[in-house]
Amino acid sequence: MLKTQAYNTGNDTVCFDEMLRADFSARECYRTLFEWLQRQSPSGIRAKQAEADAIFRRLGITFAVYGAAEANERLIPFDLIPRVISAAEWRFLERGIEQRVRALNAFLHDIYHRQEIVRAGRIPSELVNGNSAFLPQMMGFDPPRGVYSHIIGTDIVRTEEDGFFVLEDNLRTPSGVSYMLENRETMMHLFPELFAAHRVAPVERYPELLRQTLQSVAPSGCDGEPAVAVLTPGIYNSAYFEHAFLADQMGVELVQGSDLVVEDGALWMRTIRGRARVDVLYRRIDDAFIDPLNFRPDSMLGVPGLFDLYRAGRVTLVNAPGTGIADDKAVYAYVPDIVEFYTGEKPILKNVQTFRCSIAEERGHVLEHLEELVVKEVHGSGGYGMLIGPRSTRQQRADFAERIRANPGNYIAQPTLALSTCPAFAGSGIGPRHVDLRPFVLVGDRVRVVPGGLTRVALKKGSLVVNSSQGGGTKDTWVLED
Amino acid sequence: MRIAVTHTTSYHSDTPARAVQALRLVPRSLRGQTVLSWQVRVEGAGGGLRYTDAFGNAVELMASHGPTTSVVITAEGVVETEDTAGVVGFPPEAVVPAVCLRSTALTEADDAIRAFAATCRRETALATLHAVLDGLHAAVAYETGTTGSFTTAAAAFAAKRGVCQDHAHIFIAAARSLGLPARYVTGYLLTEEADAVAHHAWAEAMTPDLGWVGFDAANGQCPTDRYVRLAAGLDAAEAAPVRGVRLGAGSETLQVNVGVQASQSQSQSQG
Repeated sequence: MLKTQAYNTGNDTVCFDEMLRADFSARECYRTLFEWLQRQSPSGIRAKQAEADAIFRRLGITFAVYGAAEANERLIPFDLIPRVISAAEWRFLERGIEQRVRALNAFLHDIYHRQEIVRAGRIPSELVNGNSAFLPQMMGFDPPRGVYSHIIGTDIVRTEEDGFFVLEDNLRTPSGVSYMLENRETMMHLFPELFAAHRVAPVERYPELLRQTLQSVAPSGCDGEPAVAVLTPGIYNSAYFEHAFLADQMGVELVQGSDLVVEDGALWMRTIRGRARVDVLYRRIDDAFIDPLNFRPDSMLGVPGLFDLYRAGRVTLVNAPGTGIADDKAVYAYVPDIVEFYTGEKPILKNVQTFRCSIAEERGHVLEHLEELVVKEVHGSGGYGMLIGPRSTRQQRADFAERIRANPGNYIAQPTLALSTCPAFAGSGIGPRHVDLRPFVLVGDRVRVVPGGLTRVALKKGSLVVNSSQGGGTKDTWVLED
Repeated sequence: MRIAVTHTTSYHSDTPARAVQALRLVPRSLRGQTVLSWQVRVEGAGGGLRYTDAFGNAVELMASHGPTTSVVITAEGVVETEDTAGVVGFPPEAVVPAVCLRSTALTEADDAIRAFAATCRRETALATLHAVLDGLHAAVAYETGTTGSFTTAAAAFAAKRGVCQDHAHIFIAAARSLGLPARYVTGYLLTEEADAVAHHAWAEAMTPDLGWVGFDAANGQCPTDRYVRLAAGLDAAEAAPVRGVRLGAGSETLQVNVGVQASQSQSQSQG
């Protein structure tokens, strides 16, 4: 069904397509998939898409959209056509990601101890010590194995054959790994013949690797097999499904703050058979809410005394409180320096050029070029509070200019990137759609990058926003083995 | 000078509830003070969890075993002090001075505090801080009952009155607005008058040469050998000797008794 001419003219901007070259020949890693796509009938694909949608509805993989009038749960659109990454490309990405997460963990250890990087003048003191994501309470504390960020979802975009850029580091509580796993399972169910024709690296071991990672950072005084629990804010959280899914897949308890109690110098969960000790808590709650005794006193989600217990080395919190300073959008611009400072190596993965509105010259440039830039709030996430210059109205730009002038430190700007495209099934046929990639990284006794990740796709033709809250969908991501 | 302290905090309620409290009730030995003996006793809750926080404070976490109607915490001990004109120096602690430039909800400077602080600028950090101390002591009257524990520096400065907590918060806000790291300190003050409050609070600010120096704007002076330093933090909420959360319905009453006296008998000391 795939008409190559129609496929490429569907692409309104000149950008890198991961399947087809300009001469309509398939790139090596897509050859088998391309041939297969050409053999499929539109009705056959449509039937498979309907089957996939039914599976996801049955599994209940939904997400809540904040601020939507109906504030209900929506199904994240799933696109059938897998995204393929070659073994060589993956090896490069894996090396780059590992270098980056090691450097960022070293950065976290440093700024919560002697702050050598500040003393060396490589990053401004105010940016660290005055940052709301920096937690002074963490200073002088040594988390088990020196790891602060154990679970990371690095957002990567591609602009050309060798042009990979890190867009965001997501060191706090990255979500989406449940989609990676469910997308794979669904694809294996729908297209066994495609898996037979490719050597796709498995992602299914993720829950087991996650459990191993969590257990490997148990407090040093913990004897026996460390007990792990997943702490969720509850069913109204947009990622509740994922919290329940991960706890279930790991075979550990899913708990809320009200299930936990600090007593006798330990953390306990209430069970029907009495209290049971918790050694490692994978908390999917923001720093400010984990402990009303130490942070926001109005938090109903956390556990009083949890942070004291953590500092006393009686429980491990994953990820560590205060980790957000390392994926702060204002700190992002310094990550290449951070990588060099702690590893002594050049960064393998590039950063997107970033203008800091806090710096007068850079702000001037941003205000003059709003039409070409993407402006982001330093503490925003999920595609909210963004201005996409090329697609903005004059009024929107004027509003943003005013906001930037009023609070320059709150904004950064980046050039609009020509994100690569992948084939997607777009109702009437197959067309190229912009994608990004979020591989998942685990850091414990060692660094594990799971071969695959979450590919988010902007299903609207020409759209560059891949966030699920903004109409994006997901795809299965295949890393090929040699 | 040898100072003996007895500090009792009692919580009572009609309805039983679980209580969790973080105590910063143990002074440490540092320049100007040597802790000769000190102990903390708690009735109605279990402890055993101790650590040193970022500001070098010894923290003990207390949690009641199930619901309780009463928790009584008593800290008691003897401290040998000497007058260093408020100089604390560079005590070992994890926090870097630049962190003490962060403002908190209670210590945020408004335009009025910034304007006041600007008039205090002098040649050196120390002279500037003394100008803030004198200016504040003159501008803000010591008056109980007009402010509470959630009163901000800006509100107290506008009202021109407050207690030691307010003086310390305004001092901190002013110093930070001038780029000088400052923090909140709790402790005890040995007073002459029988009815004066013995539980006290003041500020510390960083000077390049002397390190941390104490400033007590409520009394218009730097701490002397009549002061015992207990704990430090970014503001009163963080440095609080007892910070608690109560999990349950009903109200509770809090009573704090502090006795500070010059220690008469040498035999009281165990040091």
